Amino acid sequence: MSTMTTKGGPPQTGRSLSPAARRRLGGAAFYAVGILIAIVMFLPFYWSVMTSFKPDEDMFAMPIRWIPTSLTLEHYRKAFTTVPFGLYFWNSFFLAATGVVLNLFFGSLSGYAFAKLKFKGNSAMFRVLLAAMMVPGIVTMIPSVYVLRHFPLMGGNDLLGSGGMGLMNSFWGIILPGASGTFAVFFMRQFFLTLPSDMMEMARIEGCGEFRIFWNIYLPLTKPALATLGIFTFQAGWNSFLWPMIVLNDPNKATIQMGLQAFSFNFQTDYGPMMAGALVAILPILVLFLALQRYFIQGIAFSGIKG
Amino acid sequence: MISAGNLEKRRSAAAARLGKHQARMGYLFVLPTMLLFLIFMVIPVGMALYLSFTNYDVLSKNDWVGLENYTRLLNDNLYWKTFVNVGFYAVVFVPFNLIISLLLAVLLNRAARGVKILRTFYYLPTLTSAVAAATVWLWMLHPEYGLVNGILSMFGIVGPAWTSQTETAMVSIILMTLWQSVGSNMIIYLAGLQGIPDYLYESARLDGASKFDCLRYITWPQLRPTTFLVSTMAIIGALQLFDQAFVLTQGGPANATKTPVYLIYQQGFNQLQMGYASAQAFVLAIAILIFSLISMRINKSEEPIL
Repeated sequence: MSTMTTKGGPPQTGRSLSPAARRRLGGAAFYAVGILIAIVMFLPFYWSVMTSFKPDEDMFAMPIRWIPTSLTLEHYRKAFTTVPFGLYFWNSFFLAATGVVLNLFFGSLSGYAFAKLKFKGNSAMFRVLLAAMMVPGIVTMIPSVYVLRHFPLMGGNDLLGSGGMGLMNSFWGIILPGASGTFAVFFMRQFFLTLPSDMMEMARIEGCGEFRIFWNIYLPLTKPALATLGIFTFQAGWNSFLWPMIVLNDPNKATIQMGLQAFSFNFQTDYGPMMAGALVAILPILVLFLALQRYFIQGIAFSGIKG
Repeated sequence: MISAGNLEKRRSAAAARLGKHQARMGYLFVLPTMLLFLIFMVIPVGMALYLSFTNYDVLSKNDWVGLENYTRLLNDNLYWKTFVNVGFYAVVFVPFNLIISLLLAVLLNRAARGVKILRTFYYLPTLTSAVAAATVWLWMLHPEYGLVNGILSMFGIVGPAWTSQTETAMVSIILMTLWQSVGSNMIIYLAGLQGIPDYLYESARLDGASKFDCLRYITWPQLRPTTFLVSTMAIIGALQLFDQAFVLTQGGPANATKTPVYLIYQQGFNQLQMGYASAQAFVLAIAILIFSLISMRINKSEEPIL
């Protein structure tokens, strides 16, 4: 067989391949490269799944044992009994799910108002929100702790916000600051802008209230946008680490990311349970992704376009 | 009988009433968002500046110290070292990130069977949290029993002690973050590729351009806005690097992977020097803001600048 040359003459001459053969070769090369990369990308998953089910003697074997000699659930048992991973899982789930519900509601409510309702200062307020998106989280981190700590009438605080811990070490300290993310407002506003306004006029003539117009007429039309936003909010909430670590210091309130970090810090050589914990922390997002893939991809495409 | 003028007047009065009602509802709808924005954005930003001029330490002190924090910061070698660290990270990470995600996108920008499955596989790592990914990579990069060194040893290479060696600790973080982020940048590039009109390629092919020529002279220039977006996002991400360094290397060895956010976290929440940490955060924020503004500028008026 002749070798492929990149700068051969016209395809038909002499020893070079026929177009059909070349196409087939190109196709084979595409799949070879594509599958090789897929294997590389998947390898860490495979490796951690295998480790989490392998007995210890297989883990520390050289050369590498690609397929374990026997399977065990011991590492999962250990991960869930040495630290309350189940509780961490539930805490994370609660925080992420509450974040989703609040962001979908407040994000679409104000996104709708910014897109569809006329009031003085509408675009000015929206522009301020947008501009604030550029403020990096690190700059508000320390003062936000101050604000949470001195939140009036919460966590033992008096009206002036002193005396107690405020919202520190409480789930509210994580939920409230992110309850109506600017991204959610922006995202929903863009979507409401694409919907026609005449339905609104019609409903008003029929005597329908403004909230009902939003809730019963417009909101149901935004289901795909809500799904995308919901998935993104859930992923962000589930994966967030630094802020929960700052706010929560009661071990029973720790999130799964905090628990996993503490575990891998405290049991540095226990790779089996560590991998089991990491997989448990990855699993919910993975399931969500496989179930609702197309909404994920839409979301990234959107964040690519908005820039 | 109502005259035409009267009707007109009545109608406009009704419209005004309706407008007023609509405005009231508008304010009501945005109220929760704006209230939260005031409490958790406007107040903290203002306070951040104020705190950076104090010696606030949560417990007792909260006095005005003028520019003391900022002069201290100028001579704080560790603080600037963290910038050098993320600078190194960005210099290596950004080009690799661009090239790999672009090549993946070009590879998968075709209508062949199985392309969707491949895309899914490339995208999977982006779903992992930084903490979980770092935990997995801690084991992948284990000097003796890790997969990476195991594979290297198949080729007769003795791999380094990745995370515990000053020369390779940051490389470990880069490797892991590349694995985690090329998938989503690939999707952004795929969206960009789909926006390039086909006739450009067709006419180039008629002129005898090779596949590489097309990539070099059509694809790459056409994707310039996407490339700027992806690289400025990566730089901003680099300046805020924390989770990976915290879990994979704990900032070590010898502060080789300590990042600005990591240092601010320690200064503020371990040593409770919140005033000084605020000053550090403020300087970092300005650096990040500069890159955000550059990216906005370039995205808005893309052609005239470059």
